[in-house]
Amino acid sequence: MSWEQSAITITVALPLVGAAAVALVPRRNEDYAKVLALLVSIGGFALSLAILVGYDWSERGLQYVASVPWIEPAGISYTVAIDGISLPLFVLSYLLTFLCAVYSFHHIEEPGRPKAFLSLMLLLQAGMAGTFIAFDLILFFVFWELVLVPMYFMIGIWGGPNRQYAAIKFFLYTLFGSVFMLVAFLAVYFAAPERTFDLVALQQYGAAGEFAIGFQRLAFLGMFLGLAIKVPMWPFHTWLPDAHTEAPTVGSVLLAGILLKMGTYGFVRIALPVLPDAAVEYAPLIAVLAVIAIIYGALACLAQSDLKRLIAFSSVGHMGFVMLGIATLTPLGINAAIFGMVAHGIITGMLFFLAGTIKERYHTREIAALGGGMLKTTPRLGAVLGLVAIASLGLPGLAGFWGEILALLAAFNPAPELVAAGWLTLYRVLVVFGAVGTVLTAGYFLWMMQRVLMGEPPERWVAAPPEDVSPIEWGAWAPLLVLTVALGPLPFLVTAITDADVTSIMSAFGA
Amino acid sequence: MSSVAWLIPALPAASAVVIVALGRKMPVGGAEIGILSLATAFVLSLVLAVEVFGANVAATTSGVGEAFLHTARVELAPIGAGDSLFAGIRIDGLTVMMFLLVTFVSLMVHVYSLGYLHGDERFTWYYAVLSFFSAAMLLLVVSDNLMLLLVGWELVGVSSFLLIGFWWELKANSDAAIKAFLTTKLGDVGLVVGVVALWGQFGTFDIAAITAMVGDGVQAGGAPLDTGLLSFALIAFVLGVVGKSAQFPLHTWLPDAMAGPTPVSALIHAATMVTAGVFLVARLYPLYSAAPAAQATLAVIGAITLLMAGLLALVQEDIKKVLAYSTVSQLGYMVAALAFSYTAGIFHLFTHGFFKALLFLGAGSIIHAAHSNNLRDMGGLAKVMPTTFATFLVGTLALMAVPPLAGFWSKDEILVEAAAAGGYTGSLVLVVGALGGALTVLYMTRVLYLTFAGSFRGEGHPHESPRSMTGPLVALAVPAALIGLVNLPVEAFQPYAFSAWTMFSLEYWQTHPIAFEPAIAAVAVGLALAGFLAGWALYRALPLGDDDPARRLGPVSTVLAEKYYLDRLWTDLVTRTIVRDTAAPAAVTLNDEVIDRAVAGAGRATVATGRRVYDDVDQRGIDGVLHGLATSTWWSGARLRLSQSGNVQLYAGAMLTGVVVLAIVFAVGEVS
Amino acid sequence: MAAVYPLIFAALLFSVGVYGLLSRRHAVLVLMSIELMLAAVTVNLVTFWAIAGDALLTGQVFALFVMAIGAAEIGVGLAIIMLIYRNRASVNIDDADLMKY
Repeated sequence: MSWEQSAITITVALPLVGAAAVALVPRRNEDYAKVLALLVSIGGFALSLAILVGYDWSERGLQYVASVPWIEPAGISYTVAIDGISLPLFVLSYLLTFLCAVYSFHHIEEPGRPKAFLSLMLLLQAGMAGTFIAFDLILFFVFWELVLVPMYFMIGIWGGPNRQYAAIKFFLYTLFGSVFMLVAFLAVYFAAPERTFDLVALQQYGAAGEFAIGFQRLAFLGMFLGLAIKVPMWPFHTWLPDAHTEAPTVGSVLLAGILLKMGTYGFVRIALPVLPDAAVEYAPLIAVLAVIAIIYGALACLAQSDLKRLIAFSSVGHMGFVMLGIATLTPLGINAAIFGMVAHGIITGMLFFLAGTIKERYHTREIAALGGGMLKTTPRLGAVLGLVAIASLGLPGLAGFWGEILALLAAFNPAPELVAAGWLTLYRVLVVFGAVGTVLTAGYFLWMMQRVLMGEPPERWVAAPPEDVSPIEWGAWAPLLVLTVALGPLPFLVTAITDADVTSIMSAFGA
Repeated sequence: MSSVAWLIPALPAASAVVIVALGRKMPVGGAEIGILSLATAFVLSLVLAVEVFGANVAATTSGVGEAFLHTARVELAPIGAGDSLFAGIRIDGLTVMMFLLVTFVSLMVHVYSLGYLHGDERFTWYYAVLSFFSAAMLLLVVSDNLMLLLVGWELVGVSSFLLIGFWWELKANSDAAIKAFLTTKLGDVGLVVGVVALWGQFGTFDIAAITAMVGDGVQAGGAPLDTGLLSFALIAFVLGVVGKSAQFPLHTWLPDAMAGPTPVSALIHAATMVTAGVFLVARLYPLYSAAPAAQATLAVIGAITLLMAGLLALVQEDIKKVLAYSTVSQLGYMVAALAFSYTAGIFHLFTHGFFKALLFLGAGSIIHAAHSNNLRDMGGLAKVMPTTFATFLVGTLALMAVPPLAGFWSKDEILVEAAAAGGYTGSLVLVVGALGGALTVLYMTRVLYLTFAGSFRGEGHPHESPRSMTGPLVALAVPAALIGLVNLPVEAFQPYAFSAWTMFSLEYWQTHPIAFEPAIAAVAVGLALAGFLAGWALYRALPLGDDDPARRLGPVSTVLAEKYYLDRLWTDLVTRTIVRDTAAPAAVTLNDEVIDRAVAGAGRATVATGRRVYDDVDQRGIDGVLHGLATSTWWSGARLRLSQSGNVQLYAGAMLTGVVVLAIVFAVGEVS
Repeated sequence: MAAVYPLIFAALLFSVGVYGLLSRRHAVLVLMSIELMLAAVTVNLVTFWAIAGDALLTGQVFALFVMAIGAAEIGVGLAIIMLIYRNRASVNIDDADLMKY
């Protein structure tokens, strides 16, 4: 097997093997588990970078393709490949896992037990990465579901006081959606002219109009339920704040950073290309829900008193921008969506790191109890929080801006099919509401900054100021901070990777 | 030279980074880096000005060629279907004018702050943000496309947030910073929508390309121009202008923003940030000429703003707030002017930048000495602070539009253009502008009187400020006095004048000559004089503390005191009763009770909506449905499990019953 | 139709079994009632085979099956009853409600 064919398999298998290895570390030397997990995650990150570097930019399209029959009677195969749409998310998932492994040297929530925790983290990593490179629907589904179990245990064991509730809610909600998605996958399998789960073949059938419109509507609805719950789109979002608030820091980071993107990625990779006609019909609905999420998420944020829950709700709004980009069905919109996914992964991941650290240092996440003046008591921590909050509110020059503005640009001129169907005015009205959403977003972040960072700190923090950012934390955060700043002036870091493949995958929509 | 013009915004940006990284270790805490970078940028701007203005003058004198324009761009990112984002610079007369203004004022503020913020615990951070702010503003003016302009615009906003809230220990300061950022951000909705709409219409962000297309009457794909959509975008921009340039009704952030350090006010509330909106309209002037509806909007908003803010300035107790409302009022002039004339609008922007920065820095010097912002705690400072007094007087006279100081020429030009334009909007701006001129004189007379005349009413012993502060005052006083002369409305001089330097096209320059109307100038000066007399008389007569009025007045006012009885009618009836006791309080009531309360109320209502949405819709509604589903499942499970009694015979009985029922069903089916 | 007699016999036998199954409390008696029902089914199988009479002797074969299963069932059933008796000193099946919700 050449590197070309085995690269992805090796990269995805590494964390699986690593998870097993970490689980086998003897109990009395549990701290070795951290070193081992770090090595595995560094290895995975290095391999993913090797894939990125080795990707042939002049060729584009699917590369590193490997396909072997898996369950032949049912037409299921192990097909993996990677292209410009997968690459940013694939690499991001390895980067975040690596940083989480670094962070776990600093802190793991009660009840500790690094062996079990890190083993689950690596298992989670395999599931996340696998979702982005699977080109067989069943394989995709397997990876998709693989993610659920470790995350369930992460929340249920290492979570906050209400962890049982949050974990079960997360698990059942997501499972509920994925059942419908699986049914839709099976339906597509049977409806295809030649029964197959192969995504590339199904995309060709979709583009060729092989699926009847009535069938597409039902199948799209099924996929929509599964994917929309994962995103999460309004009004399927209520698992998210609970899961995020209760999850341990590493769990929150990976949940926000990667897990949510599996849903939006599913739209781009599967739902739109395979069922293009239904996508045109559903797009206005998705766009409306997305803009509701933007406004609604911001309003809900204004009501939060818990820092972590505020960040969690901000994800609802940010993913709204991503979905708005997708709902335009234009290459620009999809580019915006992928940019938004990457930026959100970096920025919100970073925010959750900060929320975890603040909880650990100040023993509370209540904004009122923090009492302000963090720039005085822990100036470095406060400055980092300020920078990342400003990035999250979409300031130009930082990573959060491009995803939002490009989505609005795309929504002003949606795909020709949507214009032909008379939705142009709706989309243009949505642009205005989306722009208003950015003001609300700025509002709650500034408010949060004022109440947490500014003002005179309470006596108890002045008397015994908590420890400022530790070297390990700097190590875990520096890459994210660098990317937060770098993606602002250098947006091509993402769009140059995605653009060509996005344009080709969206060619089905005549744009 | 224009090929390295990108250095002008890049230098302060680099300086901001260096100050953050190394500033604390430098002997003057990083200030020297900021000053050096701004000084270099200013010198570069001067060199650039010689080249660009020279080229423009060559065109106007010979009557051939075109206005200087240099653009250069690099691709930032592909964004799908062959489109790309670009970062580019655009060097023309307008850019260079802004370069000169911004770098000069920023340099002065950098130097001045050495004394003003001496010993502040965040001295280094202050200089970093100050440099960053300058870089953002320069980026805004140099960008050749709307997207980059938007980036600069927002960066200006966030750095102003950091500067206004610089002393964030006090909640009032961070409140003011948030108010400034959010109010301007609300206006930015208009800017974002406008940029998006123009992109949707023309398929590009490039200002030159859009201007050319509008000139040819086409839009993207060669389709005929949709003027309705264009007007929509331009009016959306006006919303952005209203926010950023503090126009009615979003002006309320600016007086609050005086919470920031005074030099900051001089920089961002006189010469830079607030002028960004005016600059935007000037930059897109060819587009606005094609959209009369948008121009009329500008005229009306500008007129309302200039009158209302002038009235408000009349009754402020805080010297900085007087200047703040004065700025709002002057910005109203600029916005209204741009409805008729490109040159008049930016000329007033240019002169105002200098003399208002001077006034703010002078006010800073006064506050530094008196340890109070309140006009009631001042008085008699003319003797102890001669330099400050002299320069402040120059700035005041320039603002009052006293000939031949800077403000006279630019404000007169606005009135002339408004008169020439005629129509409803022209007449409105003419009348309101002339009245506003009188108001300006009135409130500035009051400030002069309360600050410098009489004897000191505050605590302590005021003294002249250090060199680092008076130096910039003197340096700013020179342009404040003389800069108006660069656009003398004399026909023979015009090809060499400001209007030629900054023209955006030769044709526009040729068809829109700068004129001088003695009648208008006379009326304006007459009104100003009336305002001055009224003001002096009025504030002389007002009781201020316990000290003897005659002693407060000094020798100059004795002459005026003679006139007091003659002016009594004017003073008591018109000035005091109508303006001071009726119109101004009404404006204050409207401002504080209605507009500001509406702004604050909108904020509170938004938060309350958020709470309502979260509590009722999210937790009780959406999550309630989920919990309902879960609970009903649990409930039915609890009921159903009761049938599992554990009694085997019961199960067997049920089974048999089932068999019997089935047998009967089959039997019936068989028979029928 | 001589076949009616074994069928009536089987029906009676089955009814006795059902009665015993539902009314007896003694576990061994319940097991015996089940055996009665199985025996009734066996009789039916043989009878119907005698009427239809296929070459594969299906009825006879199934009768043997039922007997084998009945024997196995009695073995397992009695073993369970013995265990319950040992643990609870009772063979009353009303007492054996361990599987109650």
